[in-house]
Amino acid sequence: MKPAPRRLALVAAPGLALALWALAGGALFHASLPLGLRGGLAAALAPALQSSGAILLGWWLAGAVLAGWLAARLHARHVAAPARLADAARLLAGNADAPRLQASGALAGLADALNRLADQRQTLQTDMARLVAEAQDKVAQERDQLGALMAELRQSVVVCNLDGRILLYNDHARGLFHRALGGQPAGGAEAIGLGRSIHAMIDRALIEHARETVDRHIARGEAAVSAQFVTATPTGSLLHVVLAPVRAQGGAISGYVLLLDDITQDYAAQSLRDRRLTQLTEASRASLANMGAALDMLDYPDLDPAERDGFHAIVRDEVAAMGRRLAALTEDASQEILTRWPLQEMLGEDLLAAAAQHVLARTGRVAGVESADAGLWLRLDSFSLIQALGALAGQLAGPQGMPPLTLRLAPAATPGWAHLDLVWPLDPAGTRAAAPPEASDIAERHGGALWLERDRAAGLAFFRFLLPTAEAGPQAEALEPRPEYYDFDLFAASESSHSLDDQPLDRLTYTVFDTETTGLNPAQGDEIIQVGALRILSGKILRGERFDQLVDPGREIPEASIPYHGIRPEMVQGQPRIGQVLPAFHAYAADTVLVGHNVAFDMRFLQMKEAATGLRFDQPVLDTLLLASIAQPHEPSHSLEALAARLGVGIAQRHNALGDALVTAELFLRLLPLLRDRGIVTLGQARAAAAQSYYARLRY
Amino acid sequence: MADRVLIADDEPNIVVSLSFMLKREGYEVLVAPDGTQALAAIRAERPRLVLLDAAMPGLSGFEVCEAVRADPGLSGIRILMLTAKGRDTDIARGMGAGADAYVTKPFSTRDLIARIREMLA
Repeated sequence: MKPAPRRLALVAAPGLALALWALAGGALFHASLPLGLRGGLAAALAPALQSSGAILLGWWLAGAVLAGWLAARLHARHVAAPARLADAARLLAGNADAPRLQASGALAGLADALNRLADQRQTLQTDMARLVAEAQDKVAQERDQLGALMAELRQSVVVCNLDGRILLYNDHARGLFHRALGGQPAGGAEAIGLGRSIHAMIDRALIEHARETVDRHIARGEAAVSAQFVTATPTGSLLHVVLAPVRAQGGAISGYVLLLDDITQDYAAQSLRDRRLTQLTEASRASLANMGAALDMLDYPDLDPAERDGFHAIVRDEVAAMGRRLAALTEDASQEILTRWPLQEMLGEDLLAAAAQHVLARTGRVAGVESADAGLWLRLDSFSLIQALGALAGQLAGPQGMPPLTLRLAPAATPGWAHLDLVWPLDPAGTRAAAPPEASDIAERHGGALWLERDRAAGLAFFRFLLPTAEAGPQAEALEPRPEYYDFDLFAASESSHSLDDQPLDRLTYTVFDTETTGLNPAQGDEIIQVGALRILSGKILRGERFDQLVDPGREIPEASIPYHGIRPEMVQGQPRIGQVLPAFHAYAADTVLVGHNVAFDMRFLQMKEAATGLRFDQPVLDTLLLASIAQPHEPSHSLEALAARLGVGIAQRHNALGDALVTAELFLRLLPLLRDRGIVTLGQARAAAAQSYYARLRY
Repeated sequence: MADRVLIADDEPNIVVSLSFMLKREGYEVLVAPDGTQALAAIRAERPRLVLLDAAMPGLSGFEVCEAVRADPGLSGIRILMLTAKGRDTDIARGMGAGADAYVTKPFSTRDLIARIREMLA
């Protein structure tokens, strides 16, 4: 019933009821009369009704209107107003910004109370949102700071959870493992990556032993709880590793930090030093013995002149030999100082700019800057050097204040060295300036020297640092930019406690891959010609850690297959054979779940190679084709194209292994929520459902 | 008859002085410039004493010493190692190889002569 007719009924109802009540009373009265009286009464009333019936009708009508008005008022007040209030309150419950409640009369108090509740809730919500935003900002900031700090550290840092999965690493660590592997492994796969196992690079037993050491330190309540060890990589590099635990607030260990140093060179340098020292000692002893014996012989009084000359010649010869040895040693030693102290390479102009800024901050005096060679690179410990320049400038202040200062950089006459001068006008009274010993130490650390020089002709005095130059800029390590993100959530996931099958699908690490082949039948000699893969970690695709490798199949590529993969025979020339690629891919995929579209096809090719390579891909495998058939059972096609179109994934490079792997990865991520709606949450559930699926029964 | 002494050293500058001195002391002096020739000379000439340098081309002094001690036919030969290798480990190695005395360079010629006389007495 619409509001208007309903209202009409509401208003008319009391009048009608009144009429019915009166009629019913009249009828009852009429029925109670004896039959004789009924006729008389009717006859007596009929004329009266005819003349004054209108009065009765009017009286009823007035009563009906009054009752109708009363009913409408009562309804509005006790039914309509509370209902409106309820609606408004419901709205307010859903949306704190909705208009506040308004009511009059008895409901006003209730509305006011509700409004106050709503206000309180809104304040709470705003506060909460602000706190959350602040906390997020702080976390993001800390994370960025940590990331920046790690990137700047000269040491290699890797953070792992208790299972050895990598949560964070810096570029130095990547470079270190990169070099330790002897350059790029096949497929562009890096040696380490987020979510991957550190045990691929460092023996599990070594890390466990170090962890036991840490546990012992902690149990004994020692302050320093780190452990260290040295390990050799497959290519013979020596790594010095310090392992320190990451402890949560409660004190429980949630992971560990590895600080790594490639000590191959240090170790080699140390051995070389030891060897040189021994050689020098022994050679000197021999020389001294030779000279001593010859001198003793010269003591014999009865030598003939030829004998005497012979012994003299021996002494002269040995003196010359000792001189030569010492000269060679000094040469080596100065080289060694350069390698031992951590000097970094820096553009000379950058050093001048930084030094001028520091001098300004320290003395309040703007220093002029002169550089004779804009492309001059230096090898130095910039921090101490700049501090030393600041200290030198600071002590130049005389009674007249600070003299005007200039920083001057020029190549020295000796190749491989440069002069860095702190210049001021020569004071006729003579400055009392002298180089402090700390500044001289810093110069020596560079293998150089520091002295005070006066150029009377130009009227200048200057402190001169003799510093080593560098060939060019730092050797650019052809490394990719910083990792895409740090996944500290992995701290929470200690997977050793429960098997992979119990893990939620969105917490696992996946290797999504695809292969291109010369044909469809591995058993009849078809071979893999391309492998492309990438990684999914905690629901995100890591585009930086990809595997992309062409493979020389060692046979011709059928012309008919080329439209399907676009790989021409000349493209695989000089590429590694599958025997070299599979170990790299195996390492890349280690400890992850494999994902592919119609992956049974690819797995058949991998399995054919098991005997030859000895590599088994025995990790869990998921097929997006089967998962799609579970998630959308009523769709007619689950081909990569159809699925991509349905789920809104763009295909950039179809039939390129890496391109297809990327599409598959995006499809997989989009299938996960659909699977969750069907109650499939863990890896075990997904595998069970896939095994039951129509396609699996059809195809396997 | 004069005792025969072999000087095995690759440095002529010491060989000249040692052989001059030993000849003046009345010994018959043989010289070998490396380990291989030293061993050959020992086998051929049977010197009573060998002044043996440790670091020589061919066989090292230690190896020569071991070879002599391994050969029962050469049992009477006394060996004095005269070498610049002066670390404790070197001395232990020399004595372990069977040297009768170990003298590190530089040395006093007077002490050396006294030592040689004592060993040949």
